[in-house]
This record gives sequence, structure tokens and C-alpha cells, in this order.
Amino acid sequence: MTQKSPSLFDWNIAGPAIADAFRKLDPRLTIKNPVMFVTQVGAVLTTAGILIAAGERGFVAQLAIWLWFTVLFANFAEAVAEGRGKAQAESLRKARKDTMARRLCDGREERIAAPELQIGDLVMCETGDIVPADGDVIEGIASVDESAITGESAPVIRESGGDRSAVTGGTRVLSDRIVIRVTMEKGNGFLDRMIALVEGARRQKTPNEIALTILLAALTFIFLLVCVTLRPFGIYSAAVFSLPVLIALLVCLIPTTIGGLLSAIGIAGMDRVLQRNVIAMSGRAVEAAGDVDVLLLDKTGTITLGNRMATEFIPAPHVTAERLADAAQLASLADETPEGRSIVVLAKQRFNLRGREMGPQHGRFIPFSAQTRMSGVDLPGGEGSPSRSIRKGAPDAIYLHIDLLGGTLPEAIRQSVEHISRQGGTPLVVSDGSEVLGAVQLKDVVKGGIHERFAHLRKMGIRTVMITGDNALTAAAIAAEAGVDDYMAQATPEQKLQRIRDEQAAGHLVAMTGDGTNDAPALAQADVGVAMNTGTQAAREAGNMVDLDSNPTKLLDIVEIGKQMLITRGALTTFSVANDVAKYFAIVPAMLMTTFPAIAPLNIMKLATPQSAILSAVIFNALIIIALIPLALRGVQYTPIGALRTLQRNLLIYGGGGIVVPFVGIKIIDLIINVLRLV
Amino acid sequence: MEYFGWLQLIVFVIALAAITKPMGLYLMRVLDAGGKTWFDPVLKPVERLTYRLMGVDSSKEQDWKQYTVAMLLFSLVGCLFTYAILRLQHLLPLNPQAFGPLSAHLAFNTAVSFTTNTNWQSYGGESTLSYFSQMVGLVFHNFVSAAAGIAIAAAVVRGIARHSARTLGNFWVDLVRVTYYLLLPICLVLAVFLVSQGVIQNFKPYTRALTLDWTATQTIAQGPVASQVAIKILGTNGGGFMNANAAHPFENPTPLSNFLQMLSIFSIGSGLTWYLGHMTGNQKHGWAVWITMLLLFLGGILLCWRVEAGGNPIHQQLGVAVAGGNMEGKEVRFGVFNSALFAVVTTDASCGAVNAMHDSFAPLGGFVPLFNMELGEIIFGGVGAGLYGMLVFVVLAVFIAGLMVGRTPEYLGKKIEAYEVKMAMLALLVLSVSILGFAAWAAVSPWGLTGLSNFGPHGLTEILYAYSSGTGNNGSAFAGLNANTLWYNTTLGLAMLIGRFLMIVPIMAMAGSLAQKKVAPLSSGTFPVSGGTFVVLLIGTVLLIGALNFLPVLTLGPVVEHFLMGQGKLF
Repeated sequence: MTQKSPSLFDWNIAGPAIADAFRKLDPRLTIKNPVMFVTQVGAVLTTAGILIAAGERGFVAQLAIWLWFTVLFANFAEAVAEGRGKAQAESLRKARKDTMARRLCDGREERIAAPELQIGDLVMCETGDIVPADGDVIEGIASVDESAITGESAPVIRESGGDRSAVTGGTRVLSDRIVIRVTMEKGNGFLDRMIALVEGARRQKTPNEIALTILLAALTFIFLLVCVTLRPFGIYSAAVFSLPVLIALLVCLIPTTIGGLLSAIGIAGMDRVLQRNVIAMSGRAVEAAGDVDVLLLDKTGTITLGNRMATEFIPAPHVTAERLADAAQLASLADETPEGRSIVVLAKQRFNLRGREMGPQHGRFIPFSAQTRMSGVDLPGGEGSPSRSIRKGAPDAIYLHIDLLGGTLPEAIRQSVEHISRQGGTPLVVSDGSEVLGAVQLKDVVKGGIHERFAHLRKMGIRTVMITGDNALTAAAIAAEAGVDDYMAQATPEQKLQRIRDEQAAGHLVAMTGDGTNDAPALAQADVGVAMNTGTQAAREAGNMVDLDSNPTKLLDIVEIGKQMLITRGALTTFSVANDVAKYFAIVPAMLMTTFPAIAPLNIMKLATPQSAILSAVIFNALIIIALIPLALRGVQYTPIGALRTLQRNLLIYGGGGIVVPFVGIKIIDLIINVLRLV
Repeated sequence: MEYFGWLQLIVFVIALAAITKPMGLYLMRVLDAGGKTWFDPVLKPVERLTYRLMGVDSSKEQDWKQYTVAMLLFSLVGCLFTYAILRLQHLLPLNPQAFGPLSAHLAFNTAVSFTTNTNWQSYGGESTLSYFSQMVGLVFHNFVSAAAGIAIAAAVVRGIARHSARTLGNFWVDLVRVTYYLLLPICLVLAVFLVSQGVIQNFKPYTRALTLDWTATQTIAQGPVASQVAIKILGTNGGGFMNANAAHPFENPTPLSNFLQMLSIFSIGSGLTWYLGHMTGNQKHGWAVWITMLLLFLGGILLCWRVEAGGNPIHQQLGVAVAGGNMEGKEVRFGVFNSALFAVVTTDASCGAVNAMHDSFAPLGGFVPLFNMELGEIIFGGVGAGLYGMLVFVVLAVFIAGLMVGRTPEYLGKKIEAYEVKMAMLALLVLSVSILGFAAWAAVSPWGLTGLSNFGPHGLTEILYAYSSGTGNNGSAFAGLNANTLWYNTTLGLAMLIGRFLMIVPIMAMAGSLAQKKVAPLSSGTFPVSGGTFVVLLIGTVLLIGALNFLPVLTLGPVVEHFLMGQGKLF
């Protein structure tokens, strides 16, 4: 996590947000949010009501002020959420300085401004050049500084062909020379889209947000009806309800809390994804992440460390494990492959055998070759010790090797080798001269903590599927060790795609991570496709999220953010609706008190006067928006304790709390109002 | 609140629980076009003949639009048919009292009322309608409007249960099967039983009798009562043969007939929850909905009973209070508990039969039936209508709270999206608009006020009750309101039409959309739609979303009246 989350009320953000809150009063903007639009119309009417109010001008004026605050607070919440994104966008924009491109035309080089580049143009970049546009490397290899977008200072390698060919406009070539084919026009490049997304300029409502807006609009309409019809009912009852009081009731009843914070929740969700260095192409994708219940993960790099490691020495009969380890270490000292190094390390761990420095004078190393399929070392004899010829390699290669030297293969070793294969490991056999010393077990090592991570996912209701090119035997062994629910062995791109389609047909929502071009179809098909930033342009285009850190387990974080976003919406909606109970008890008795003093017992909060009761409810309604901004931006905590317990907990906190809190809050505000003699 | 009441309440709840599964099992067979029943040997040929006469291909299913249009057309034709009978009753047979034709607005109101399963009666049955009008014009609707409601509920349940499907069943098949296999046989048994209890069943002219002191004559109404009472109760129609409805000894003579009538009102609504559980493969969900309904029912009866048993404080101060509570407007045969229970049952369901005058209940006692109707009569509810009304709240509860488990909301594996929310809210909106809109108009218009015989908050309650009853298709009246005027007959007729059909259309649209969806498989992250948490959630949703909008006006009506009564002021 390289970009730090700004504090909730950073003045650099809050300052401009206050100005934005006023700018957002433009009715053309507020009409998109029916709840706040009704509130704003109410504020306008109440303000006009100050002029025609008879004796209670001070009261109506205060109502008007707090109604305006309600709208402004909601605007402020949205502006703060946007402001946090803008701060990040600003740093991105610095990288997008207009650069000159060196376009190759029929082998000649010409300098043109980057915005004039067309898709398909070839441009050249050398040390120190800024890549002018998104594209694929078609020639050469270079190290590139991508810190502008990833925040990661270590340079990355970009080369033609393979899965690391994509370069992003705005990044800087640190060494060598590459030729790039432009794949994106200016203004539509990766960086541009990132900036637009971060700023929320192109933010569209997600499906769930639309559904929720409909619910809130319908509730608003119902309460509008309630307040409109209350006037004739009042006339019948000889109780005259003034317009400002009816508006106060209306604004308190319509779900202003969630209505005011809804868009902030969405923007903040995108922002939190970004803080984890993931670019979501749309809010829809983040929302879908919360629904994911099947996760397809590549084995290599995600579940295992990525390389086979020596995990055990199995000596032949009459050979000590230490002697086997010593020989294996000697044979591996010059072996720079991860497997070779892991043997050295294991021997050191188990028998405290230190890796010895060996120059050519001490012996001759035999490197691995595809023909011999073994490697090792020849040590010259001397000073009482005979010359040695140590080899390690694939079992059948060593069997052949000792056979030629006249040695025999102990039956125990043959069995051990078979056993290792059955367990999903890779056996190596070590020999010294014609004698077989034993076998070394190489295994895929499952990442520490991954087992818990999958258990965590299972609790969230998510099934994990491991995808690997290994054979079924190996895959099964690793799957069991890592604790995934299912695996796909010897998977081809077609099979991956088919698997996703099958899961989707069964009603599942599928997320997958991938980096290679051959992953692109599957990434596009998946409901949530997270492409690694180190991956190809094709993969990045196909997915709906890009992970700048190229860390596949990041998907887990994204899922949590998606869930948090949904929970926050649900929690605040529940809270908002539950609040109405207390507001009824504050306002309705206050409205009737003058006509029907008998209903005084309904004033269970014992609010001082009808006017202070109504004003308290309106003030509470406005302040609760401000009070909940941090929650909206941060999101409700999500812990995977199963749907039922999550529901119970949130229902208690936000449903139960939503009923109780306003009783307390309104009472306190009422006390303050009367101490200050505001009405 | 004497022990006898508690005892009877317990027996009632146990009996209700006991009949739920058998009724559900039977509904399952009736609502399956190929389902087998005991009556097949007799009724199957009749069923086939009916399809042939109607030109219905019983093997073809309909999508939600075709299903809904079929129901609407059928209702329209039925409504016109009854309107014609009522307007022409003087020319038609079986009219020994030689009643004249009904006025246009009364005929409209009555035809609509029976078509919509409301049975609001702006007339006195025995003094206005001929036997022919009652038996052909009205009883016909008592059967088919009930059958249509059950058919719609079945279609909605199918929409929830099916996946990746386009059709919801065939309206004609559901209508015919429910009428033949469910309503007719049970009514036959029920009518015979009622006759055994003393309910009359004849075609005699009214009897003229001398009163006991030989000074005056009295007209005693006669007629085919038992057959009509059976379906009025079972089909939650509620329109009495007599003006006094179930308070009349010829309609409801004994405690046993009273008990069984109340049980019958709930029986189909209760069985439908089992049907829901069975069809969706989640019987616990069906029971969760049942328990929700039961708890809401218990809340209502306990409040109403307590208030009524508490009696009239003014009488008590004067030392003239009768033992046992407020007996004004109640049959001595039934007493406080059975009157309160009947009032709650009839308004939980959209029945509307009454055995006491709700108008004479204490203010908060009358509040309960009014509140029940404004919730949308979803507590067991009108046959079919109760279940599909409750399912609207289920969808909304799942949508709001479903978010809180961290997934886009799912109901039994189906995503609740913008379209479903829109339709569910539309169904609720329709109720509010009709009840609040018409009542507000009545409260300030001369046409509305002329019908009132009481003023003050009690008069407001009467108006509110009328439109809640009309829109909710209940049909019970708070009395005290003379609704047989052009204005009331027309507006109440409209309220009934809105409350029935404008609510069904969005619900069917929702069901049609749900049927097309894929089902997400269960996992530990799936929103639970059974168990205590869900029940609490559903009750909360019903009370918060369903009732909040009526609270201000309820405060102006019964609540204010209650507090004024405490100060010695009556209306």
C-alpha cells in the first residue's frame, strides 16, 4: 500500500469541499438525487416562509437554516469523497505532461506531439524518454520506471513478446531502447481513464445504487403524500399545520441520511480500492466483487511461492542423512536455479552445513543440460581423500548414470522416488560415484498463511478454485495442502474460459486473476477480472480491474471492499428508516399539542415546547449526516462470520441503534435549544 | 382478559397451526394443473368440459402479462355481468319481496365490491337484494374473486420458485381448479355444518311475526343464507346475507359456528404459506412467513382485547360499567373476547365479515382493525392477496437488510434489482395514494362530510376506515358513515378497483421478472430467509415501511380520541 489514505477531514480536502458543497446546490445537479432535491425545495419554500410567517419568524428562520444545512451537509459528504479522489488524480496528472513522441515513419524518425499519435503508430523510446502513449513493445527490452502510476520505485522490465509487453503512457524508460506500437489514442489511455475514474467524473451509478435510489425515491414520494394529505386532515380536525412545520415533518421522514450519503459511499468505495493500488474500471466491478462466490486463482505466485523447493532428504540404506545432505549441497553449490539454492539452504537448516565457497581450483562443476538431465561436481582427490564425482538429477537419468558405472540401485530408493511422485512432489536422486546416496524431495511450497486466507474466504461464502498446468496428481496434493476447495489441473485457456462459463451458468459470480494474453478471454468472461499490471495490454484491457502491485491475493481485499460498500448502504438505509420512529414521537405530538392538549403523554421524550421539538428533530436530522460521513467514507467493518451473524449484528447496531439514537439525540438537542433560548 | 379468552386463543392458534400443512398439501395438488385429488372421478370431466366451453388450452402456460390480462378481462366481464343483474333485478326471477332495481352508483359500487373480493356493502342485504341477485350476481363473485386471488398468489409463488422461466401458469386453469376442487367442496361441507348449527337455507318470503307483547309486527328475513355464509368466510369475501352480518343469529348462531368461521377465514391464507415453502423448496421460509403473520396477529388481538376488556373509563367513573369490559355494539352471545378476536381476524384477512360493531369499540380497540387493514391485510390475509401482499414486504426486507450481509440482495437465490424494487414500491404506493388521497378529499369536501353521523376524531376514523377497507378489499365498515351516496359509492368503488388491480399488476410484473432469473446456489454468505432473525426483520419492515405513512393520520383519529376519552370527552 503505497498511497496513504488521507485523514477524513484533511483541510486540503475539506476546504475545497465546503466550496463545492455550495456549488452542488445547482438544482440541475440535485435533481439526480430525489431525496435531497425534495429537501432543497423544502428549504427554498421555508426560506420564503420567513417572509409570510406571522409571529414565529425566528422559529421559521431557524428551520430554514437547518434545512439548508441538511442539503449542504449531504453535498459536503459527496465533495469530501470526491476530493479524496481528486488529490490522487492530481498526482497522476503530473505524470501526464504533454510529451514529444519520436514517431517512426518508414524507418525515419520524426518528432510530433504525443496527442497527435494515432493507434498503430510506431514510436521509439530510449533512456530517459517518457512513453508518450499506451502501447505494446514490439522490439527490444527496457527497464521502465512506473512509479508515476504504481507508486512503486523499483523499475520493471518490459520486453517485446511474452506477457510483459505492455507499457503505459507517462512512464519513463530508464535504460535501453524499445519500439512501441501505440494501442490507445490520447485522452483514452490508461492514465487518462484512471484520472477520470479517480475524480469520479465518469462515475455512473451502479445497479444496486440505482435500485436503492428507486426505493428512496418511492419512500420520499410516500412521505410527501403523507404530509400533503395531513393538511386537509388537519383542516378537518381544526388543527392548522403551517407549511414550514409540514416541510419539517417531511424532511425528517424522508430518508435524508442515506439519501445524502449514498453517492459518497460509492465514491469512497472506489477510493478505498485505489488505496490498495487497484484501479477499478467501474463501480459496478467493485460492487460485483462483493458478490463473488467463486474465485479462480493461478497456482504459481498466488498459492505457492512459485518455485519448487527441497523439503526433505531421504537417504539410501546404510547412508546417513547428513552424508546425503552434504553431497547434495556440494552438487548444488554452483547451481543458481531456485531448486539448487533451496537444497543448499535445506542442508544448512537441517545439518548446519554451511555453503562453502568453491573456486574452480577445488573442483569442476557439471552444469545441468537437457541431454544429461543432471548436474553435479567433480572433486579432485588429494591428501587422503579420493576423488569424487557427485551427481544429482532426475531419477531415470541417475539410474542410467550409475548403471554405466556398474553400481546398483537400492530398492528402497526406487520406492521412495515413487512415493514422492505420488505425493505431488518432484524427486531428485543423488549419487557419489557409482553409489546412490538417496533422494531429495522437491515440492511446491505453499505460501505461509494461505491456508487461513482460504478458510477466511470459505467463511465469507466464497469457493476457491486453483488453476494449474501441473498434472492432476501434483495439483491434488497442493490443493489439499493449501486448502482450496477445488482445482483444475493441466488447464488450457479454453478450459479456463469454459470453467468460468459453467460456474456462471450454475448461478455463481466468478472472479479471476490473470496476467497473460491467454488469460484475456477468461478475464473478460469473469464477472470480476483482475489483471496484473505487469501483464500484457490484452489482459489489462480484458479485465475490469488492474492491480498495480501485481499481487494476486489482492482480490481478497477487493472482495471485502465490495462487501463493505454494500453493507454500508444497507446499514445506513436501515438506520435512516428506523430513525423515523423517534422523529414521529418528536414532531407529531408537537404539531397537535395546541389543538389537542390531551395528547401530552405522547410526548414521551418530554420535549420542552412544540417549536423546540420540531427544531430539535430537524437539527438532529441534519447533524446525523455530518456524524455519519466518516462511516460512509470508511465503510462498515466486515468480518466473515457468516451471513446470519453479520445480519444479526448489523440489524442490532443499525436497526436497533437507528431506533434508539435519535430519541437520545433529539432530547439532548432540545435541552441545548432551551438552555440557549433559541425558540 | 379472563382465562376463558386465553384458553380460546390458545385453541385457536393450535387449530390454525394444525390445518396449515394439510391445507398446503391440498393447495399443492389443486394448483398443479395435473395434480390428483379425491374429487377427480366426479370433477375431472366437469373441469375438462369447462375448458372446452371456454375454449381454453389447459396445457398452455402464460407469461405474466398474458396471465394478468386474462385475470383483468375476466374480472371486467364478471363486473359488468353483476352490474347488469343488479340494475335489472326487478325483471329477474326469485324476487319474492319485489325489490326494485339498484341505483346506477350503488350497482357500480356493489358490482366492483364483489368483483374485487371486497364485499363492501353500501346497502342492507335483506332489504335491497333479491335472492337471484344474491345467489347469481354476488355469490358467483364470492367464488371466482377468491379463486382469482388464490390464482394470482400461486402465479407469484411460481415466479419465485421457478428459474430461467418465462411462464407463471395458466390463469383459466388455476381459476377453474381452485373453484371446483378447493372452494366448492369445502363450502359444501361448511354450509351443511352451518345448517346443523342453525343457519337457515331456504327460499321463503320473509316471515311476519307479532312481537311478544302482541302490539307490533316484525319482519324476519329468510333466504339461502348458509351457502352464502360458507363462501363469504372461506373466500374472505365478508359480504353478509343480512345487514348485521355475522352478528345475526341466522348467520352465526353458536359459539362453535363463530369459532369455525374465524378459523375458516385464516385457513387458506395460512395454507398458502406452506405452499410457498413447499414450492420454493424451503419449508422453513414458509413457516417463517407464517410465524411473522402469527406474531402480528397476536399483537393485534392482545391489544384490541386488552382495550375492550378495559371497558369505558367514563362508565366506570359513573359506576355504570358492565362487567367484562366494553359491551357497546357487541353481541351478548359473543362477549368481549370473541368480538375482539373476530374483528382482528376479519381485518388481518381481507374478509370484512363482522360479528360486532367496530364503530363502538374503544378508540384504541378500533385502531387495531384499522391498522391491520392499512398494513395491507397481510396477516394471513385475503385468500391469495394476503400472501402476495406479504411477499412484497419480504422482497423489500430482503432488499434493505440483504445489503447488510455484504452481497447484492438475494431472495431465495434470486437477485433483487431495480425492477423488482420499483414494482414492490409501486404496489405499496398504490395503497397509500388511494387510502390517504381519498380520505383526505372526503375529510374536507361537502360530499364526504354529509355522510358522517359522528364528528371530531371519531368521524375522521370512520372516513379513514371506509377507504382503508375499500382499498384493502376488506369490506367491513366502521358504521356511522352513510356511504350510500353517489360520491361515496363512486370513490369507494374506485378505491376498491385501485386496491385490487393496480396492486396486482406490479406484483405480477415482479413475479414475471423473478421467474426469469437464475438462482445463485446457497452458501454461508447467503441471506437467510428463515429463522428468528428473519422474522424480526420482516416484522420490522412491515411496521416501518407499511405503517409509518399512516401514523400521523391515525394519531389525528383514534389516538387523539383515546386521549380525549381519558379526559371524559366522547364522540
